[in-house]
Amino acid sequence: MKKWLVFFVVLAVYAAHQDYWNFKDKETLYFGFLPVGLAYHACYSIACAGLMWFLVKTVWPAHLEDVQPETDAPQGESH
Amino acid sequence: MVPVVVVIIYLILVAVIGSVAFKKGKSTSEDFFLASRTIGPMVFFLSIFATNMTAFAILGSSGLAYKQGIGVYGLMASSSGLVIPLTIFFIGTRLWALGKRFGHMTQVSYFRDRWECSGIGTVIFGLSAAMLVPYMIISIMGGGTVLREISIPEAGANPYIPYWLGCATVAVVVTLNVFFGGMRGTVWVNIFQTIMFLAFGLIAVVVISNNLPGGFSEVAQSLANGKDSYLLDREKIDPRYFWSYTLIPLSSIMFPHMAIMCFSAQKVTAFKRTVVLYPIAIMLIWLPCVFLGAMAADLIPGIKSSDGVLLQMLTKYVPATLAGILGAGIISAVMGSDAHQVLAMSTMFTRDIFSYYGGKQRFGERATVIFARVFILVVTLIAYFVALYMEGKQGIFEIAVRFAFSGFAAMSPIMIAALFWKRSTKWGALLATLSVAVCIGVTIWLQSMYVKDAPNILWSIGEEKILWLAPPNGDLRVWGFMPVVPMVLISALCMIVGSLLTKAPSQATIDKYFSPAQAPKEGAAAAPAGASVA
Repeated sequence: MKKWLVFFVVLAVYAAHQDYWNFKDKETLYFGFLPVGLAYHACYSIACAGLMWFLVKTVWPAHLEDVQPETDAPQGESH
Repeated sequence: MVPVVVVIIYLILVAVIGSVAFKKGKSTSEDFFLASRTIGPMVFFLSIFATNMTAFAILGSSGLAYKQGIGVYGLMASSSGLVIPLTIFFIGTRLWALGKRFGHMTQVSYFRDRWECSGIGTVIFGLSAAMLVPYMIISIMGGGTVLREISIPEAGANPYIPYWLGCATVAVVVTLNVFFGGMRGTVWVNIFQTIMFLAFGLIAVVVISNNLPGGFSEVAQSLANGKDSYLLDREKIDPRYFWSYTLIPLSSIMFPHMAIMCFSAQKVTAFKRTVVLYPIAIMLIWLPCVFLGAMAADLIPGIKSSDGVLLQMLTKYVPATLAGILGAGIISAVMGSDAHQVLAMSTMFTRDIFSYYGGKQRFGERATVIFARVFILVVTLIAYFVALYMEGKQGIFEIAVRFAFSGFAAMSPIMIAALFWKRSTKWGALLATLSVAVCIGVTIWLQSMYVKDAPNILWSIGEEKILWLAPPNGDLRVWGFMPVVPMVLISALCMIVGSLLTKAPSQATIDKYFSPAQAPKEGAAAAPAGASVA
């Protein structure tokens, strides 16, 4: 269940990148100088940071934290 | 003259940091290539970010925004802000663990062991190296161009630092840094460099805004009401082209220097901070650069070589000393990534070719590190002479780098299959690798047919265009998508079909890579706590 939730959240954020509704808007300028297409994607970048924080909290591969070396030399190093 | 002095002070600082790292180093190959896998969380973040940010992030982004407008940010930056951290999270952490468990230092070393193959690993190595070399050359060319531009005292005058000297300066500083410091020297310098270029954008926007009579509001209004108003929206960007770009950042984790960085972290927890901060860091660099590039269309119209637009803005609106510091920020972006590319080439050749084909057994550990250092000298020298010979012809390498991004993105199914699909085989990997090489070749061939001011439609069904070459550079479009889309699909299909039709790796190998980590072997201790380079 948790994995499906995570999957759909990631998918939703990915889909939100395609902001077709802003493609033709050149009139809206936030703070008088920031075009809406740029402001949207700046907020999107912050949302991506939020998504990554969410992933770290929910599906972090904790089993990798205890990994230790199993060989003294890398496999396949010499022919 | 002031900017030149500031940049020279900066370059001396970089060399000093590299020499301190040299004194701290050991003479083992793992220490030289991966800083003994001891890189702490904050250094890891700053360094992996520097690895991925080239001069393009500052100069190229503003230059493109000057021509295409603010859509450049959505195309390249915000898509990277999502996809790159995702790949670091899902792929980078697994690569780190496999490096820690089995001692891998390169992707090819992992593929060879994972799929019980030899020559196929060499084929993957060959394609990866071929796609990385143009990237290295263009970094040196970019450095030479920046140093030349910021050292021009006034319009029309000769630069204090000519192109050849600029390229040589960047090549020498990077070589000294990597030659002596290896991975440790490179990441230490990255801390300094990343802070420099992260601060660059914010300072540039604030100072330039203060020096504009009506501030940016007046400039933006003027743009919105003028003939270049398309720079404030994305009306001219095809939505299919816009979507295609979200596949390009898949290349990031497949670039050898990025994958090698993943092997170098001390603990997997170092990735946590990195993935969260990465999108913010991208925004801090790209947002001001894209914005300034678009605004420059109104402030300094008619620039032919748009990649120099930001340098012109600095010269016109920023005091000389500050312009020098900001110029050093741009040089930081050039050298941070270039150092990792040089080190990655050296790591790959030394581990995947020299050591793998018996060099280490024959000549020993110490000779391996010497080989790696000599290789760094040779490869940088070659890159320098190519950069000199090709002065003014950056376009050739820019095209090659664009192919490299598509090519590495199309190789991502190979990595995903290796990590997550037990049934994947070496033959699937070979088929996918060859498909990438063939697709790049076909794209180059088709793009060579471009004729200026002609329709350039290569294939259509009725009224529907399927294959055509888009102006102004004749870039291939496949039903409106960039070539990276079919390339990724074909590569994934080859990986799946090739694997299903051939024999799976032995059960022992599958168990090795898909069973939980074993208890540590006696005597094979992890890096001691507190040994982090952070």
